[in-house]
Amino acid sequence: MSRHSLSVHGLVAGYGDRTILHGLDLDVLPGRITAIVGANACGKSTLLRSMSRLLTPRAGQVLLDGKAIHKMPPRRVAQVMGLLPQSPTAPEGITVADLVSRGRHPHHGILSRWSPADDAAVAAALEATRTVELAERAVDELSGGQRQRVWIAMALAQQTDLLLLDEPTTFLDISHQVEVLDLLTDLNHRRGTTVVMVLHDLNLAARYADHLVAMVGGRLHAQGTPEAVLTAENVRAVFGLDSRIIPDPTSGRPMMLPIGRHRMA
Amino acid sequence: MTATLLIRTGRLRRARRRMAVIGGALILLLAGFALTLMQGQSFVPPGDVLRVLAGHDVPGASFTVGQLRLPRAALSVLAGLSFGLGGAAFQIMLRNPLASPDIIGISRGASAAAVFGIVVLGIDGPMLSVLAVLAALGVAVMIHGLSHRGGVSGTRLILVGIGVSAMLESFIAYTLSRAPSWDLIEAMRWLTGSVNGAQLSLALPLLVSLAVFGGLLVSRARDLESLRLGDDTAAALGTNVARTRLLVIVAAVGLIAVATAVTGPVAFVAFLAGPIAARILGPNGSVLIPAGLVGALLVLAGDYVGQFLLPTRFPVGVVTGALGAPYLIYLIVRVNRAGGSL
Repeated sequence: MSRHSLSVHGLVAGYGDRTILHGLDLDVLPGRITAIVGANACGKSTLLRSMSRLLTPRAGQVLLDGKAIHKMPPRRVAQVMGLLPQSPTAPEGITVADLVSRGRHPHHGILSRWSPADDAAVAAALEATRTVELAERAVDELSGGQRQRVWIAMALAQQTDLLLLDEPTTFLDISHQVEVLDLLTDLNHRRGTTVVMVLHDLNLAARYADHLVAMVGGRLHAQGTPEAVLTAENVRAVFGLDSRIIPDPTSGRPMMLPIGRHRMA
Repeated sequence: MTATLLIRTGRLRRARRRMAVIGGALILLLAGFALTLMQGQSFVPPGDVLRVLAGHDVPGASFTVGQLRLPRAALSVLAGLSFGLGGAAFQIMLRNPLASPDIIGISRGASAAAVFGIVVLGIDGPMLSVLAVLAALGVAVMIHGLSHRGGVSGTRLILVGIGVSAMLESFIAYTLSRAPSWDLIEAMRWLTGSVNGAQLSLALPLLVSLAVFGGLLVSRARDLESLRLGDDTAAALGTNVARTRLLVIVAAVGLIAVATAVTGPVAFVAFLAGPIAARILGPNGSVLIPAGLVGALLVLAGDYVGQFLLPTRFPVGVVTGALGAPYLIYLIVRVNRAGGSL
């Protein structure tokens, strides 16, 4: 069970002279999977970047265990919270084992030496993501799905209670999307890791998340269980799209069917 | 358990290869150093060289080895280390081999200030060096400021740097065109890298700069290395990105500027050392220290070639420049093939 709490209070944030988040409050449920959904440019990624300390808020704050995250030393935050950015870049020629080992960075100071515990953490991360057999391969030779698993392994090697992911399934084909989400669910079930992720696909979000957060125009529109949030009214408000919601026959969670202008019975 | 073993053996193998590369470069450097002390226009046997180094007076060798060859070799190694470390630090930080201080105008800043100091202000000696170091720092700050638009992107910084470099180049040309002829010789020292007329006393500022700035860089090697994953990932891994960048810029500019003040801008050493070291090292850890050693080897070897292996004597900067230019063209051609983005 996660021992750390993360919450957002009256958050105002943006880039340059553009304000993207206009006063947002959110309590992340510890030990649960939260998915943030919304249309393009609604501020999902900005929210995640603010929550992970990458972006300094204009007003309001993000609290990690009751302390303002932007005033904490980066290393301390990184020992508790991992983040997978949207499109991370791997240095040319770096091997999988080397990249995943970088996840141990926050646990080392200038003078500390690599320890057997570090080897064990890296190995466990490779095993959890089933990338052990890729360990000596170069990251740039891997397929998109493999590469994403390796990046997740790096975040796992960080051994944090909180894990934030910005669109971890983008650019993956459907089988790899499911694989990544299954992997995150395993992690949540086995270690009680709190997962917060931005997801594009509403139906996958509803299926895998315990808690859905829907955003419109830099504000929180609705949050709660998938059943409470994934309704036809909310889909219209968030995406401007007509839809029907039916129970997903495989999971029992709600499932959204878009209604367009053509091919309607 | 087996996976832990796999990780451990892989890590130890990478560490071994790294040590082999660093050890090999050190041996090569030592051998080169010894060779340049022994062989020049005349041959001095190793025994005599050692006696000179130990402070004995050896007729026929004390002057050649102690006054001519030793200062030259020492300055070559120390300046090469500085150029290599400083250049590689910039290239790692901005994730781009073109982001070397001699391409983005930082070395040119030192040269321009020195030429201005000689021709217009009429100063020389340590004052001039201080002016050059400050100007290099100023140019670095200016390039950084000009390319700042909600965060600094490597590509923008490189393009701004190339522009600033061209401006400084024309400023140098203008100043030189107004210079009296007796100033030209002194000014040339700041335009082509050379260890001609080296004095051992000049090794001291280089040693201090390497200890302070080089030490700072090497102590930050792990944070610097994390920047290669991108600023966001580095920050997520607990690196203070802004502070690391600032420290790296100050340290690398310090190294480059002090070395430029002593030997002049030895062309392309900062630019070449990192990529050559990376090619030799492979994916086996930070390229920083190997790049320093490669830089030292480049200057040492370049100076030897320029003195003895070519029909006329050339300063070392001409030799390294001839090596570096084709690589620069190759890089630009490769970048263009990849679709125009840097």
